[in-house]
This record gives sequence, C-alpha cells and structure tokens, in this order.
Amino acid sequence: MRTHSVGMVILLSISIALMSTTALARSAAFKDNIYNPGQLKPVDSTLKVKVGEPAPDFTLTAITGNPITLSQFRGDKNVVLSFVPAAWTPVCSDQWPGYNIVKDLFDAHDAVLLGITVDNIPTLFAWTNQMGKLWFPVLSDFWPHGQVADTYGVLRSDGISERALFVIDTGGIIRYINVGDINTRPPLEALVGALEKLGD
Amino acid sequence: MSHNKAGTLLSVVAIVILLVLLNSQAFGGKTPQKGDTLPDINIPVPKSDADKDYLGLKGGAFFTIPRIKAPVVIIEIFSMYCPYCQREAPEVNRLYRLIENNPALKGKIKLIGLGTGNTKFEVEVFRKNYTVPFPLVPDEDFTVHKGFGEVRTPYFIGVRINADGTHQVFYSKLGGFGAAEQFLQLVVQWSGLNEGGAQ
Repeated sequence: MRTHSVGMVILLSISIALMSTTALARSAAFKDNIYNPGQLKPVDSTLKVKVGEPAPDFTLTAITGNPITLSQFRGDKNVVLSFVPAAWTPVCSDQWPGYNIVKDLFDAHDAVLLGITVDNIPTLFAWTNQMGKLWFPVLSDFWPHGQVADTYGVLRSDGISERALFVIDTGGIIRYINVGDINTRPPLEALVGALEKLGD
Repeated sequence: MSHNKAGTLLSVVAIVILLVLLNSQAFGGKTPQKGDTLPDINIPVPKSDADKDYLGLKGGAFFTIPRIKAPVVIIEIFSMYCPYCQREAPEVNRLYRLIENNPALKGKIKLIGLGTGNTKFEVEVFRKNYTVPFPLVPDEDFTVHKGFGEVRTPYFIGVRINADGTHQVFYSKLGGFGAAEQFLQLVVQWSGLNEGGAQ
C-alpha cells in the first residue's frame, strides 16, 4: 500500500505539473533576455477602488524624465491605466507592443494610455527600447515602491503589481476595472469594449 | 473497497492521465525541423470565402496544413503583440505579392499566418494594421503553438506537399527571412518546385 501511494503521488505530481504548463508566446525581439517566473498565483491583492468612484490622483515620472499627473487629463481626455507586473517577463513584454499598433482605437475614443510598472526608470528604458518606439508614456511606480499600485489595490505581496486595466473618464471617474490572471494577457476586445461604453 | 484496491485504481488513473498528457500534442509538441513531417494539428478553417478559396479548402470546421491545395506552403507563426512580427509584416506581404505576381509561382506557393495566443479580434487588428493579404488564423488557446513546440515569434516553416498527399518540412527557422526576393528563390530551390514537381 505504501509503495502504491508513493508511486501514485509521484505520477499525479508529474501529471499536474504537465497540466499546469502555460504556453507563453514570446517575441524573438527580446532574444533570450526574458525571465520566466513560472506560474504565479492568478491574483494576489485586493482592490481599493471601485467602478463609479473618483480615480485616486497621482504623479509619476515617465521614462522621458517628465512627470505625468493623472488629473492633468481631467476635462480633456479619457485615460487608460495599464499596470503590468514587471519588466523583462513573458506576458508583459508582449502586452504593450500590442497596444502600440492600436493608437487609432484609443484616439477614436479620445483616450490616452499610461503604462505603469513598479520597475525603475533605467530598467523600463532598456526594456521598452526592445518594443520599438511606443506612442504612449511609460511611468515608473518604483519609489515609494508601488505606491500608486497600492493606492488602487493592485500591489501584490511580492512587490510587483497585478496585470490590471483601469478606464477613467474625462470627469476622473473610474468606468472599468480589469484585474485578470497575472499569467495571461487580457484580450484586446475587452478593453475596446470598455472604451466604447464611455460614450453611453 | 480495500485500501489496496483503491490505491491500485488511483495508480492506474494517474498512469492513464500521465500517458495521455505525454502523448498529447497540446502539451508541448516538438518543433518540426527540415525533413520532418508536421504534427497532426487541426486548425480552424478561415471564415472568409476568399481565404478558403486561396487555401483550396472546402467545408469542415478544421483542416490540417497538408490539405492546403498547393505544392508549397509557408507558415508564419506570429502574434499581434510581437514587435518583431510587426516589423516583419511588410516584408511578408511583399513575399506574397512576389508570388502572386509571378505566373510561374502563383497558386503553387501559399502563405498562412497562425496568430498564437491571439483572439479573432486581435488577428483582425493585425490584418487591418498591416493590410495582410493572405489568411490569418487565430490560435487563441495556444493549441497550434503548443503543437509546434512553443516556438518564439515570428517563426517560419516551409512545407512541401506532394501529389500523393505526403509532405515534408524543408524550412524551419525563428525570426525574419531577410529580403523577400532572395527568400523566394531559396524556397523554390529548397522545396524542389524548380524541378517540375508542381501538383
């Protein structure tokens, strides 16, 4: 019985390991420089904001060195905040390059996109250079570490952020929140659908 | 049921699950190399009549690459989210036009793009952005990607399809293929198209 049990545990463990394999389509643009953290807990934080509430204001420094304040867009543009967990990781490295070819979709809904991670500026500079020229600002929430992510309730216990999207209307009100499985990329159509609803 | 019988039963179940997983192409197939055949992967038939006509597909929900009606097929495994694929898109389009504008090659070499991890919407965004003239098929759940050994993108595979239905990979490489003219010359040479072997 003991031998059976040990064998069974080993076999089941191998099977579960195989089943949990996640496909990560990685662009060759990053060569072998992407660190694979493996399968992470899908969500590891609790939201501190809700749809319908005013979005907490913040000021963060962009890669260009310029400060960007959320409220500077009030009354003028809708804002999409795209938090991605960390630079040089598999899913994150492909998410923004996708947004980079759909500026027209953002423009059509009078929206600006702000990319945010908890990485420091030099890291973000090197990482985003591999993506080509991005049309949207990339902001560093490095210090105080993850303060903005924490304010929104998307800072995980290990110090990286969730993979999260917030759509904020011209009045500064949160109209859409997507905190998805950190291991997968949110489908583009979900974000586009949220932008389309801004006109409702 | 005794403990021994229960243990045996669970062990058998575990072995069966393990064997199924190890045999399943959905859990990490091998990337086909020159001289290999393709893994037997079902790909959704494109919705558009133009794409179906181009590939020579009739009916059915799924197809396999060797069912494409052409002696040579170039597969591009890409992603809308891949910056390298975005940069290569104009050159791949140029390859398509070189083939279609050459009466000796038109109909003999077909291109198909498999959008790994991309939804139908995302594939359409890529098609629209780069005015891609050949069929692009979404692979939303990574089934095809896993079957092809989870390659990085873009990845190009050239396949020779013989008149008797057999096929063989003659090109399998990560990254762009360089200038379309030179690549096309090599495709004709490697695939044996210039030896009068057209279907």
